[in-house]
Amino acid sequence: MANTADRTSEKAQWAVEIVALNKWYGDFHVLRDINLTVSPGERIVICGPSGSGKSTMLRCINRLEDWQRGRVIVDGKELTDDAKQILAVRRDVGMVFQQFNLFPHLTVLENCTLAPIWVRRMPKKDAEELAMRYLRRVRIPDQALKYPSQLSGGQQQRVAIARALCMSPEIMLFDEPTSALDPEMVKEVLDTMVELAGSGITMLVVTHEMGFARQVANRIIFMADGQIVEINEPKAFFEHPQHERTQLFLRQILH
Amino acid sequence: MAATDRVYLREAPAQLLPAPVASTGVLAWMRANLFSSPSNIALTIICVAAIVWIVPSLLRFFIFDAVWSGADREACLPTSQRPEPGACWAFVRVWSSYFVYGFYPVSERWRVDLFFGLLALGIGWLAWLGAPRRDLGAIYFFIVLPIVSYILLSGVPAIGLADVPTSLWGGILVTIVVAIVGIVASLPLGILLALGRRSKMPAVRLASITFIEFVRGVPLITVLFMASVMLPLFVPDRFAPDKLVRALIGVALFASAYMAEVVRGGLISIPRGQYEAAQALGLSYWRMMILAILPQALGVTLPNIVNTFIGLFKDTTLVFIVGIFDFLRTIEAARGDPHWATPVTSVTGYAFAALLYFVCCYGMSRYSRNVEARLARAQRR
Repeated sequence: MANTADRTSEKAQWAVEIVALNKWYGDFHVLRDINLTVSPGERIVICGPSGSGKSTMLRCINRLEDWQRGRVIVDGKELTDDAKQILAVRRDVGMVFQQFNLFPHLTVLENCTLAPIWVRRMPKKDAEELAMRYLRRVRIPDQALKYPSQLSGGQQQRVAIARALCMSPEIMLFDEPTSALDPEMVKEVLDTMVELAGSGITMLVVTHEMGFARQVANRIIFMADGQIVEINEPKAFFEHPQHERTQLFLRQILH
Repeated sequence: MAATDRVYLREAPAQLLPAPVASTGVLAWMRANLFSSPSNIALTIICVAAIVWIVPSLLRFFIFDAVWSGADREACLPTSQRPEPGACWAFVRVWSSYFVYGFYPVSERWRVDLFFGLLALGIGWLAWLGAPRRDLGAIYFFIVLPIVSYILLSGVPAIGLADVPTSLWGGILVTIVVAIVGIVASLPLGILLALGRRSKMPAVRLASITFIEFVRGVPLITVLFMASVMLPLFVPDRFAPDKLVRALIGVALFASAYMAEVVRGGLISIPRGQYEAAQALGLSYWRMMILAILPQALGVTLPNIVNTFIGLFKDTTLVFIVGIFDFLRTIEAARGDPHWATPVTSVTGYAFAALLYFVCCYGMSRYSRNVEARLARAQRR
């Protein structure tokens, strides 16, 4: 176990630190000895065949999943069973889901101001200003008063990104953000994410969009069977994949 | 028009045409809905025959041949000019204040009227979705009104309101008090029980399940008996709540067990992603529930909630079993009055009761349909 002094130094050093993480669903070993450190501002793309544990690993970072063995330290705060600590980490870690998960009973604007008002204790007016700023950034300020069901999938996902950004997170997690979209809407969401990548925020993105990975990622992680198989920089990852599982995967998705 | 060739390129856009004129009008509607097939025609004829057979006799009994005024049974007895008299509304008129107030002292009945007025104001304030300051309305309804009503109805001699023991309360007053307390208490209690049943904490879950299953597993009459007979065994005599309060507790607990299952149904229908989105934003458990999950769950299950309210409203008639004079019981008592002993007295009394219960329940039902339509419009789900 790290002592307090160690943790302070970790905070300066790593945005996310995962040490010997193991997780089981019943008897099924979904995450096997995961070790990963992410520097502040780094952009990581995680790919791999379905069932490889990439979403599960991502969801451990804000403790939507718990685990049986290992440690996850986010921004210097170790995630344990301590509910306060979990809330503290979640406040600083934004997440975007495959199915958008906007609140259907709230307008776009209310979706964005909910957490700033109730978690950050921001006055309503300030929260609305902040929300409009991010809605402009994802280029849908004119939809602010509509309900999510009145928007297209691409628009909904951009609202979901704005909603997460309204909490001014240090780290953004994207769990297959374009997988549920119609093909013609993938680009508008990816463009938003590319733009976000330019802002210096730490990003961990589970995706199959290899063009996005090539353009934005500092490192690409390939996972298979609950393990990290290969980590490399994009150029090397695509041009000289080392592991045969990686080679097979890239052959399959790049046709 | 259509691309019939194997290879095709459209050169001009297809014309935009108005929709074909629908075959509208009364006759078309009747043909489509009433006479579309032989079995449908047969059903239509049977229904029309039933209406022709039943409705005129109902109208004759309750309106045309009814007796509207009179001082005693003589007015409603069959005579040679009128061998089959209709409903004896005169009986209802003469007894009406008993039906409303029970034995509440005549000089103090303005307090009940004032209570009805304040209650109507509160319900109107909350039910009218466009009303100003509905937050104040909620405070008024859930905090101010119960306290004021209690002071008003049972009396505080210190401020000049004479004590009126609940044994004198009766009629519509008691029915309304039991129903409103049951409805207002059962929703929050039911929500807590439903959340408890889905809790991760085994002790909370077990307690909720035990309570819900136990209360649901016995008839309301049993709960009322237990509330009125067993409660005094646990509470020292001096603090033993009075008979009406005991019944209120029984009704509230009973209704909340049912409400818990209704709310749980709503909670189950909310996808897991909604919980995860709320958690990922850093909302604590209670904020997640109050802000994100419950508004959706209660909206989804609104028809069932109102259904439970309607059932509860009618179940209030069972409090007579522990000696409380609710509305139906006052009618029961009045119809035995020898001054009004006629062949039609009982029918009239029960018809009046049915009418009042129907108006209240149908009102709740219509209102909930309204809210449902509004929710659906807002979210276009």
